[in-house]
This record gives sequence, structure tokens and C-alpha cells, in this order.
Amino acid sequence: MSVSRFWRKIPQRYNLVGTQCTTCGRHFFPPRSLCPDCRRSGEITDHKFTGEGTVVTYTVIRSASDQFEHTTPYVLAIVELDEGPRLTTQVACSPEEAKIGMRVKSVFRRIAADGESGTIHYGTKFVPAE
Amino acid sequence: MRDVAVIGVGCTEFGEHWGTSFRDLFVNAGALALEDAGVTGEKIDALYVGNMSAGRFVEQEHIGALIADYAGLASNNVPSTRVEAACASGGLAFRQAVIAVASGMEDIVVAAGVEKMTDVGTGASVDMLASAADREWEGFAGATFPGLYAMIANDYMHRYPLTREQLAQVAVKNHENGARNPIAQFQNRITVDTVLNSSLVADPLRLFDCSPITDGAAAVVVVPLERAREFTDSPVRVLASAQASDTISLHDRRDISTLDATVAAGRRAFAQAGLTHKEIDMVEVHDCFTIAEICAIEDLGFCKKGEAGRLTADGATALNGEIPVNTSGGLKACGHPVGATGIKQIYEIVSQLRGEAGGRQVDAEIGMAHNVGGTGATVVVHILGA
Repeated sequence: MSVSRFWRKIPQRYNLVGTQCTTCGRHFFPPRSLCPDCRRSGEITDHKFTGEGTVVTYTVIRSASDQFEHTTPYVLAIVELDEGPRLTTQVACSPEEAKIGMRVKSVFRRIAADGESGTIHYGTKFVPAE
Repeated sequence: MRDVAVIGVGCTEFGEHWGTSFRDLFVNAGALALEDAGVTGEKIDALYVGNMSAGRFVEQEHIGALIADYAGLASNNVPSTRVEAACASGGLAFRQAVIAVASGMEDIVVAAGVEKMTDVGTGASVDMLASAADREWEGFAGATFPGLYAMIANDYMHRYPLTREQLAQVAVKNHENGARNPIAQFQNRITVDTVLNSSLVADPLRLFDCSPITDGAAAVVVVPLERAREFTDSPVRVLASAQASDTISLHDRRDISTLDATVAAGRRAFAQAGLTHKEIDMVEVHDCFTIAEICAIEDLGFCKKGEAGRLTADGATALNGEIPVNTSGGLKACGHPVGATGIKQIYEIVSQLRGEAGGRQVDAEIGMAHNVGGTGATVVVHILGA
């Protein structure tokens, strides 16, 4: 991912800042700039999520793309935030620990790097809440 | 709207074609299709080419023009259009060709699909395939394509009675069919143990749950039904052409284990054709992973949610079963050159309906093709009839 493409979404990636449609109240993460329900009559504002949620489903990635290969095996999950939206994220726990329905909370972590001398991508992962 | 018929089909062998270039793969498939249709190049009105990612696999864009040129159609200035919807690119190219003919805009149209995947290493192709999902919010987190389908499998197995052995049986059945298909990448039979003893890729999916990386191309020729007899005694009619979209990301779906776009496209196709499930004799579904075939059978409505595993284990989807699924060997055994797969499905159905499928022949007059882009963000369904 290019530097500008990563940089553009730093608040969202580092601090779990998504959006909310104030017309209907629906929350979005990943952020959306158009509410799919209200479309052009929707008013979109930034919304910082609490970072608490539940694992909906997960897998353990054993074979990854070049960028992630050195971190295998890792737990990848779909987490439903308490505010409603779902996102795809890594859960920093052992493969044996991962469970559907597990409570998790967000943490700031290194995600990947563009090679030895490229940009280091930081962002949000989740860890078991208890 | 005019009725549309397929008058010719061609397909390269699927596999690792180290000695064949992207353009030659296409030219080989195109030549087979034209020969089969009894059509010469100067009669072609238009070309639609399904291709997912030549830009990244072989660093070549502007595929429409390249293909027209090397197929010898540039001298006639034949319009040529690339169509892209990830792994549904082929099915979508076929649909564009059908629409062009049905509308009356064009008469003799070639729909093709091509992908050359083995010019890059495995890590790079895993990365490219992941771009069929959301790069910024799935790929960024480390999601691989098998990983996304593995999350579907885990969700499914958490909610419905599907055993690991039943899931493996999908691959066993598709290898059995592939062993009877001379163009298939894998023509070897496997057992449930082969699947269960293969290495884990993304839990619970193992290597033999996954379709392979493949080079290949396929092409078909469509014309107005009223002109089909000029070319062939055995035209195959297009009874329905349907397409549907869903969210790009798996995490935004209404239900992780149901591909709503498959449900929608399937319903639209049945309505267009005026047919019921019992009237479909065979189905080519998009089994990029074993779990995908399970979901497809259910989401197309051939059984209730949660029943496809047992149906597969009981042999209902085998060649001699009630509803043969993936007689070609599917993506799993026939191979999955992503842009070509949707056209290969049409090739397989036409071969079956004409009674030319050799050792894998089933008794069929009506066949259905189901082609999926990404984890279900695009789905194309076609119904063909002899």
C-alpha cells in the first residue's frame, strides 16, 4: 500500500474512527461517506468507537501473502463492534484461544511492513477482553 | 429482445502452461470455438473478454485490443471489450455477449475468458486474488482469499450440521469428475483422507479444499437463435442470464454463510426461464473452496440451508446423482484460471447438452452455470437448454 493511501486513513486505522449517519443513527466501520439507507439525505459525521466487540467468526491463517507470511499462523476474525458494525481484523491470541462469541477489545499494533525498508503499517488489532 | 443461442465452444487444457503466453492461451481457445461454430473471423461483430487481473499477473492492461489484435480481428476493427468482476469475469463476459445479441446491436459475438496466473510466485498470486475482496479493510488486516472462505466455513459449521468429512467429499466428488475430463488440471482421484491429511491453509480449510492456481482460456460464440441453424444442427439456447451484487466485504453481509447475491441471481434466472429446480438437469457451481459449493447448492435453492453436506455425502450431486454438480470437476479439479472459469462453465454445459462429454456424460437437457466474484459481491447465473 502506497504511503499516501495508508496515511489518508491513519485516524481510522490507529484510533478506530468510523462514521455515523445522524439522520438514521447507523454506525459505519469501515467508514462510509454515504449512508446506504439514507443516501443523499443522510448526514455523515465521524464517530470514535469504544473498541469493544464480539468475534462473529474467525480462521487461523497458515499461508499468507508475502507481506504477512512471516507472521503466520495468525488469527483473523470478523468482529462485531458493540455499536453494530462489523470489521475484519487480526485477534492477537493463540489459535487455540480463538472462539466464536469471544469478547474482544481493540489495541494499537503493528500490522505489516512494505519490505525491509518500506513503510511500517500500524493499525488496530483486537485482544481477548478478559 | 431476441432469443440467443450458443453455436460453438472451445477451451484450452487447464493447468500450468509454462510454455504458453497470455495471448496464445486466448488465441488457442478462440480458434477452437470458431472451428466448432463453423464461423470465420471476418464474420465476428464483437468480442467480450473476461479477465480478472492481467495487469498484475502479466503486467498487461488493454486486454480487449490485445486479444482482438492477436486473434486477427484488428484488421477488421472488430470492437473488443474487457469485462472484469474478479472470478466472475468470465460469466459476466458471457452475459455482456448475450445482452449485445439479445438487444439486436450485434449478431455474431464471441465471449471469452482468459487468465495467465503462473508467471508470478504463490505469495504474489495470493496477494492478487485477495484484491477481489476489499483491499483497504480486509486485505490490509491480513485477510487472504482462502481465509475469508474459511471464516464462512467456520460460521457455517458453527450454525449447521456439516462435518469435516462431508466438506471433504465435495473435493473427492469433483476430483472423480475431473479424472474423466481431458481438459482438467487434476485428473486424479482422491479420498476423504487425502483432503483431511493435506496441510491447513486457513482453518478449517486444507489444501485440498482449495481450487488451484491455473492458466487457461475458454471461448464461446453466440448468435440470435433465429440464425443459429445457419451454423449448427445443435444450437444451445440461453434460457436465462441473471446477475446480482452484494457488499464487497464479507463482514458487511447480512448473513456470513449465505451469499445473498447467489440467492438473488438464482431467483432472477429461474423467473426468466420460467423453470423450477426439478427441471434443471446439471449445475456448474463456483466451488473456489469446498464450502463454496455447499453454500451455492443451498443458496441456489436446490436444498434447504444446512442440507448440502448430507446431500453431497449421499451422492446426490455425483455424476449419477439426482442433480449432478460440477461435472467438469469444478474449479477444484478442472482448475481455476479466474477470468476463464465462467466461460469454461458454459463450455461444460454445452458439451453435456450436446452429448459430447465422454466419460463424464450425464443425461441433461437443461444446465445451470453459477459464477461468483470475490466472496459473493458479484454473482452471475445462466441457464442453458438444448
